[in-house]
Amino acid sequence: MLRFLVRRLLVAIPTLFVVITVAFFMMRAAPGNPFSTDRKLPPEIEKNIEAKYHMDRPLIVQYGEYLGGVLHGDLGPSLKYRDKSVLEIIKENYRVSLTIGLSAFVIAVFLGVSLGVIAALRQNGPADYTTMAIAILGVCIPSFVTAPLLQLAFGSQLGWLPIAGWDNGSLPNLIMPIAVLSLPQIAIISRLTRAGMIEALRSNYVRTARAKGLPEFRIVAKHAIRAAVLPLVSYLGPAFAGLLTGSLIVERIFGLPGLGKFFVTSALQRDYTVVMGMVIFFATLILLLNLLADMLYAVLDPRVRLA
Amino acid sequence: MTQISLAPGAYRNAELLERAVKGRSLWDDAGRRLLRNRAAVASMIVLAILLLLAVVGPFLVPFSYDEINKNDVWLPPLTGGHLLGSDSLGRDLLARLFTGLGVSLAIGAVATTVSLVIGVAWGATAGYLGGVVDEVMMRIVDVLYSLPYIFFVILLMVTFGSNFILMFVAIGAVEWLTMARIVRGQTLSLKQKEFIEAARAAGLTRTAIIARHIVPNLLGPVVVYVTLTIPGVILAESFLSFLGLGVQPPMASLGTLISNGAQDMELAPWLLIFPSLTMVVTLMCFNFIGDGLRDAIDPKDR
Repeated sequence: MLRFLVRRLLVAIPTLFVVITVAFFMMRAAPGNPFSTDRKLPPEIEKNIEAKYHMDRPLIVQYGEYLGGVLHGDLGPSLKYRDKSVLEIIKENYRVSLTIGLSAFVIAVFLGVSLGVIAALRQNGPADYTTMAIAILGVCIPSFVTAPLLQLAFGSQLGWLPIAGWDNGSLPNLIMPIAVLSLPQIAIISRLTRAGMIEALRSNYVRTARAKGLPEFRIVAKHAIRAAVLPLVSYLGPAFAGLLTGSLIVERIFGLPGLGKFFVTSALQRDYTVVMGMVIFFATLILLLNLLADMLYAVLDPRVRLA
Repeated sequence: MTQISLAPGAYRNAELLERAVKGRSLWDDAGRRLLRNRAAVASMIVLAILLLLAVVGPFLVPFSYDEINKNDVWLPPLTGGHLLGSDSLGRDLLARLFTGLGVSLAIGAVATTVSLVIGVAWGATAGYLGGVVDEVMMRIVDVLYSLPYIFFVILLMVTFGSNFILMFVAIGAVEWLTMARIVRGQTLSLKQKEFIEAARAAGLTRTAIIARHIVPNLLGPVVVYVTLTIPGVILAESFLSFLGLGVQPPMASLGTLISNGAQDMELAPWLLIFPSLTMVVTLMCFNFIGDGLRDAIDPKDR
């Protein structure tokens, strides 16, 4: 286990390095710079600003300086939000993303697994068809369609929920974003669970359990589900990425002050350091979560030997 | 040399035998199973209609997709000659919908082709050569897999501006990873088969074996995955367009239409509803066809 962890961490570090490098040079290749505004600045002032942020030096030197900073945990100052460092921006805003992301994840796993198990137990029955219809719809209706439709229905027509906004994370404000974010994941997870469950129910050990005369509930809860959720663990990685992508949309539509919203605006405004900070933050998060998923897999399935 | 003459009866028998032996190929079989799948067949018909509409539709509507009519602003459906209504600039929604559908489908097709070419070449090479080459190539795929690719697509679009070709390439370039994995796995198992050994014994070069024997036999899983990639690509494009990084106005794609519709949904819900509906139906068709194909080609995997 320890060897595996070390090996994976050794792969993760160069990965992160590649991410930083590619993102850095791509961002710098973009035309325009963070200080170009509608009003043309006098050249002397522009020079001074550039000197202040070391942007007058050769690109490769800036890259080296930036890497050095990152190694010390310093992501630099924001170029657009004066007097704020990138770390401060991340610290102030990650909570929103984390709250909706985590809640959506937990809800998606819980509902997805339950629906999948029910569908498998009633294979080809009405419950199965309903669940699979939901699953197909969940995959096919993108979040930028569900979100405005929900806003239209529950926000402006029925008036039950606030259309948008954060309001310090009060529950009514959270319901729609979390629902939108979790729906596609519920769909995929329920399909995966159903497939795994159907296979498990046909397996020899379930037949053995039946032959021993175990009650049906125990067969399902103890023997079948365990094997059925295994394939799910390898889906966790893509699930995180999906939630992340979804949060870019959801935060924008519902006007939530999270990191996803920052990323797109900052990229458009050429706020180099903020964009880089976000890329590093999310890449690290995804790498860690992938590692976690792999370890979980090994713990759950003793057949997998981590070497 | 003496002519061998067959008795008329024997000749007839040989003909019958030939007819009886001419079995169904794998693809005949798969086709038959696919045609029995009602959801898949219905999806194929709907998709064909959608494709036809995307191609000829713009010529059937008396308006063009970017035609601004100052007197026809915010018209609800079925008024003023606009079947599906008009938007804030008085542009005809039906015309824009046809154009947008065409753009989305075109992006789906081109980006999927890009991912197909890269993925198949990469996966087949890694799988067939094996050893260190395989190790390195698949490690690269692993590394790329663990990246938040949407960030890179966004950065790409920001860097190079929203141009059409680039978007095809950007989306295709991130969608090839799964394809490469599938193809590699398949190649690994094909490599052990006797006919590959026979080809090698016959002295074919590696390139020839990969191109002539491995790749054609990969077709099944690849076809299935392609039908599932197209909706993914259409979604990715709409996603970018929704963020304002994709197709630029006055051009339309399903994503931009939905995005604009969402902004004006209180005033003009039809601007949101019709494009959303079109998108959902399109994606559903591809998904049903993909599932149907998978069941048809690999019936074990039901």
